[in-house]
Amino acid sequence: MAIPRRDGTALRMAPRAAIGLAATALAAIAIAATGLAAIASAGPASAETRYGIGRPATAAEVAAWNIDIDRDGRKLPAGRGSVAQGGALFAERCASCHGAKGEGGLGDRLVGGQGTLASAQPVKTVGSFWPYAPTLFDYVRRAMPMDAPQSLTDDEVYAVVGYLLNLNGLLPDDAVLKARSLAAVRMPNRDGFVPDPRPDVP
Amino acid sequence: MSGPESDEDRVRNTTEVASRSRRSFLARGTALVGGGLVAARAAEPAAAASPAGGPPGVPPWMTTPGAETGAQPYGTPSPFEKTVVKNIPKTLKQYTSASVRTPLQELDGIITPNGLFYERHHGGVPAIDPAQHRLMIHGLVERPLVLTMDDVRRFPSVSQIHFIECSGNPDFKAIRAGRTASDLVGLVSCAEWTGVRLRTVLEEAGLQPGAKWVIAEGADAAALTRSLPIGKCLDDALLVYSQNGERLRPQQGYPLRVLLPGYEGNMSVKWLRRLNVTDAPAYSREETAKYTDLMPDGTARQFTFTMEAKSVITRPSGTQRIGPGFNEITGIAWSGRGTIARVEVSVDDGRSWQAAQLQAPVLDKALTRFRLAWTWNGEPAVIQSRATDETGYVQPLFSELAGARGLNSFYHNNAVIPWRIAESGEVSNGYPKA
Repeated sequence: MAIPRRDGTALRMAPRAAIGLAATALAAIAIAATGLAAIASAGPASAETRYGIGRPATAAEVAAWNIDIDRDGRKLPAGRGSVAQGGALFAERCASCHGAKGEGGLGDRLVGGQGTLASAQPVKTVGSFWPYAPTLFDYVRRAMPMDAPQSLTDDEVYAVVGYLLNLNGLLPDDAVLKARSLAAVRMPNRDGFVPDPRPDVP
Repeated sequence: MSGPESDEDRVRNTTEVASRSRRSFLARGTALVGGGLVAARAAEPAAAASPAGGPPGVPPWMTTPGAETGAQPYGTPSPFEKTVVKNIPKTLKQYTSASVRTPLQELDGIITPNGLFYERHHGGVPAIDPAQHRLMIHGLVERPLVLTMDDVRRFPSVSQIHFIECSGNPDFKAIRAGRTASDLVGLVSCAEWTGVRLRTVLEEAGLQPGAKWVIAEGADAAALTRSLPIGKCLDDALLVYSQNGERLRPQQGYPLRVLLPGYEGNMSVKWLRRLNVTDAPAYSREETAKYTDLMPDGTARQFTFTMEAKSVITRPSGTQRIGPGFNEITGIAWSGRGTIARVEVSVDDGRSWQAAQLQAPVLDKALTRFRLAWTWNGEPAVIQSRATDETGYVQPLFSELAGARGLNSFYHNNAVIPWRIAESGEVSNGYPKA
């Protein structure tokens, strides 16, 4: 049951696969033995465990799909947008769900709530709860507006994100947002998250 | 009774009373009124009340051939089961990012039918042509790969039975409002999943040193993104293409999803199109602004992955009605940390607990069915179950959870669910109204 690799040599089965096939051929016993050798070097897989399935992703393909933005903003794209441009875009594309000033409606409230997290009625918004500004770029670009996600240009995403930060008192009215300035925004709740301590009850 | 009653007599009398009551209860279907043995005995059915399918008649479905073989190319439930459907809230603001629940109280066993599996979507349900779908693996790998669905299905396959549970099942503040078992904990379902180990696919791409997280992204309109810890990815995580023997339903991620057994459902990314191997989490919206647990001091717990041990009695449960006499108590239990070791049931408002019978198979990170034989004496009662998993963790009371986490943490509410049984036999949510 050896599976040919791209380089023409026989595949050494991974241990789990070898066990599943062991009943089908005597030769599998020998394969299982090599599988046991492979498990001893568990961790990053060696070339010997490959099946030769799939094709290489090209650099251009990876670049086109690699849209997740890290919290420090190192992966933020080029582009720029002003708070003023963002206000106009927000009114056109976002306000019908999130309210004219981000006060919420069909969609989440986006503005205010700072200082309420420890209260009986916490208000979780971009300004009060979101820990990292680059994450806002990531989310708006991939998922908003809900009726037409991924329809905003990078410049437009910078503008809308800038407007939301402005509404939350985190950017001045005349700000123009780009990668470096977005990554430099320190969100009020940046240090508000703690690791999972469970089990915590009883 | 004259004179002292022996234990044997007592058992026999109880059994007779129970079976008599059950006969009359079954004969009259759900039309039980009043309750109590005297009323039940007086209502012994007359032959004239017999339905078409009962003696002495021969029902019409025996006197003419039934529907043609293969009349339904894809089988559906009996039309008489048309009320067994997903629990869909009627008054949501929108239905693009929303959830609907499994009717747990209508189901038996541990496997959720595919058509009744709970749903939680963030950008609607995409209609994906599997021939057009691609999975990319990149980042800290030796060989960035693009896989077709045919490619994915060429890898060695594995089938495992696991539950998936939404982390907000239910919101801490919703626990007093739910009427049915589905209202309260219907965001859990269980299926046999078939796919390839995520480890196998990651090893095909070749992990580089420093690979600590895998950022998974869906091909839905939310491009939903979660960061999966590499330890889980290399342990029991699967890339799944089939559910209960058939291809995934669109609502469950067709044609390909992640399955992280025992972790909050949101991490089992549906419609999977990309795995980016990294040295750090993405800190995406779904693991910062959402799916974090706010504590009374204003901090929020992050990366709270595991769904802790939980159970619920599904029969008798809220909105159902029982009659005096024998009633089997049954329900489901599960734990994200492994197998269920024990389920205890209390029928006296938590004063005493007795061990329920666990129905085999008892599987790792899967629903486990439990049962307890019970004779209801017709007096008001509160019944509830609590699960203990293989780690010794015991399902907490809601008061214990709220004491530790307050009422604003929203996610990961695994509290004991009490059901109140009124003298009429009606069953309702056992939490006192706030």
